[in-house]
Amino acid sequence: MKKLLLGNAAVARGAYEAGVRVVASYPGTPSTEITEEIVKFDEIYAEWSPNEKVAAEVAIGASIGGARAMSCMKHVGLNVMADPVFTVSYTGVGGGLVFCVADDPGMHSSQNEQDSRHYAEAAKIPMLEPSDSSECKEFTKMAFALSEKFDTPFFIRLSTRVSHSQSLVELCEREDAPLKDYEKNIPKYVMMPANAVKRHVFVEERMNALREFAESSDINALENNGSEIGVITAGIAYEYAKEALGERADFLKLGMVYPLPEKKILDFVKAHKKVYVIEELDPVIETFCKSVGADVIGKDIFTLLGEYTPNMIKAAVLGEAAPRSVSASEPIPVRPPVMCAGCPHRGTFYVLKKLGLVVSGDIGCYTLGAVAPLASVDTTICMGASVSAALGMAKARGAQFNKKLVSVIGDSTFMHSGITGLVDIVYNKGNNTVIILDNSITGMTGHQDNPTTGRTIRGEATKQVDLIKLCQAVGIEHITVADPFDVKNFEKVVKTEVERDEPSVIIAQRPCALLKTVKYSGRCGITDKCRNCKVCMKLGCPAISVKNDKVVIDATQCNGCGLCVNVCPFGAIEKEETV
Amino acid sequence: MTKNIMIVGVGGQGTLLASRILGNTLIREGFDVKVSEVHGMSQRGGSVVTYVRYGDKVYSPIIDKGDADIILAFELLEAYRALPYLKEGGKILINNQKMDPMPVITGAAIYPENIEDKISAVANATVIDALMLAKKAGTTKAVNVVLIGLMARESDIPYEKWVETVKTTVPEKFLEVNLRAFDLGYNS
Repeated sequence: MKKLLLGNAAVARGAYEAGVRVVASYPGTPSTEITEEIVKFDEIYAEWSPNEKVAAEVAIGASIGGARAMSCMKHVGLNVMADPVFTVSYTGVGGGLVFCVADDPGMHSSQNEQDSRHYAEAAKIPMLEPSDSSECKEFTKMAFALSEKFDTPFFIRLSTRVSHSQSLVELCEREDAPLKDYEKNIPKYVMMPANAVKRHVFVEERMNALREFAESSDINALENNGSEIGVITAGIAYEYAKEALGERADFLKLGMVYPLPEKKILDFVKAHKKVYVIEELDPVIETFCKSVGADVIGKDIFTLLGEYTPNMIKAAVLGEAAPRSVSASEPIPVRPPVMCAGCPHRGTFYVLKKLGLVVSGDIGCYTLGAVAPLASVDTTICMGASVSAALGMAKARGAQFNKKLVSVIGDSTFMHSGITGLVDIVYNKGNNTVIILDNSITGMTGHQDNPTTGRTIRGEATKQVDLIKLCQAVGIEHITVADPFDVKNFEKVVKTEVERDEPSVIIAQRPCALLKTVKYSGRCGITDKCRNCKVCMKLGCPAISVKNDKVVIDATQCNGCGLCVNVCPFGAIEKEETV
Repeated sequence: MTKNIMIVGVGGQGTLLASRILGNTLIREGFDVKVSEVHGMSQRGGSVVTYVRYGDKVYSPIIDKGDADIILAFELLEAYRALPYLKEGGKILINNQKMDPMPVITGAAIYPENIEDKISAVANATVIDALMLAKKAGTTKAVNVVLIGLMARESDIPYEKWVETVKTTVPEKFLEVNLRAFDLGYNS
């Protein structure tokens, strides 16, 4: 049976068919749906881990325990889990072990555009790169088998357009991959120097075996169309190149992007007059080609930035112009993402902006607190940095600056890597104020549960991390829970806590407006008490705008959250109940 | 020959359901299909674009400028933004709903006037009031299905095939209102 599947769903299907038993991940666009799809298979143990490092270690443990196991993450998540990854390369695996990493060329939903293929070479872990959903499934299955054959973890590398495109996939039955017997094996699994020295020898031998595999396997496929032009490519770039050039070029499509097949590449280059390497982001394949003496054209004509398109390739390789098109004769306003109507973060940032504080920000929906008119967030680096970077700022600039400084971090992000920063504040005598934006869910990636929600990935009730007790245990003595929609009180709390000469935590508690359990009713409307002061416009609510110099509320966008009612100094906004 | 359909709108308008119905209908017709969506941050009230491509064999999941046979626009400004993607001789189907983006709300930019006329002057455009039709069907939430109905009319796939997919894609309890919405779009 053929089915239209997202690349991510196809990876999940491949893992299922390969008999995977354990999948542990942390959500991150564009990888999230892989693990969400895994949950649909009852045979598989799945979890949202607190962060990617923990997730990778759970998968590693499961593999050592004899099961086929997988961990999925976005590109920056691979940075978080790099530590165990580099060493499990040495230990090798018990059951097949796959790390599926999704890059985001064009940064649709990311803070950088790193190319994860560098990790494969650095960690000496082979990497497969599918170019459509069908290959997503096949390559994932293959990766599990090869992982066991070569005693190595495998990377699957995706990119946004592979992860989030649907194409046809042939579904098969689940293989029986029995749990292997557990065997204690100290030289293989205890990586102290004496053992690791020997395992490094094994890793280098394994690399040689994998290089031979890359030469002989048809995962690196030749496509001969009798052309003088040759194209070496992989992943989504293959689809673009094929669309652009069709049968006007020969292709060497690399399904395995590390290690690369030296001889196959040299033969291909020799057989063609001109050879292009077409790859998004960094010149990984190109650099390899040049290092083995292959004369290829790559980043001289193709950009290092963002996503490619077929027309871009057609222009670069064939010199053909793009098709004619019409466009607007005037500037079109951009439409950046904004916090939803009813978003609890809006109340928080309204207050922080009003108080003129420096805001050390983090990764989540609340990064949108940097967008006008709130424009409150000062920094966004990576998960958890809001807390630790604020300590650094305070240490650099002193006590007075610290009284104008707060960190903001979501509940899930706090569990991910904010706690260690908070420990640092207490341990090293910082006086920072950290605001935990507790919206009862992991919002940005589309509502995943986390250790603070009291539910597992399967929605089962579980113990809930108590943020108050946790902060107390770390040594924070001033913890206040406040509703960010009660703006008067919230402002008072923030003022008090930043003034304090001791560290403090404010838990800004109000659930995400998109949660099914959140039911705001009615719509907000402007009454004739309005004096047109436009304080409500400072909220940056998508439902409130100015038409003919009068503030109006768009009833189709308003969800009746009532935050504007709370900020209006003249009581001119009222909730109207609707049927 | 590969056909290209682009669905554009604002995050939260239900473009993903539209592309799902479209994709499933095309598979039933035996085409090779690729649907490229946008998830994550840009869904939060930002511009969203979905590409649907079908034919004997489809490679690229994305559509380039000047290559779209049909653009289905859920919002006026997004229709205007997507215009350069329209192929010469292609059709653009537009919902006349206006949603101010944040730069317009804050006064940093101006929402262009008379977009319908400007697009119609340079392209083959059909403009409908899908919000009104959705209300008529019974819920403002069915705007996306009204628009799918409109697109179905412009396609070379028979009416019954579309209805079949709507029936299998939409939850049972919302089926009746969605079928009404589909018909109102189809006959608009």
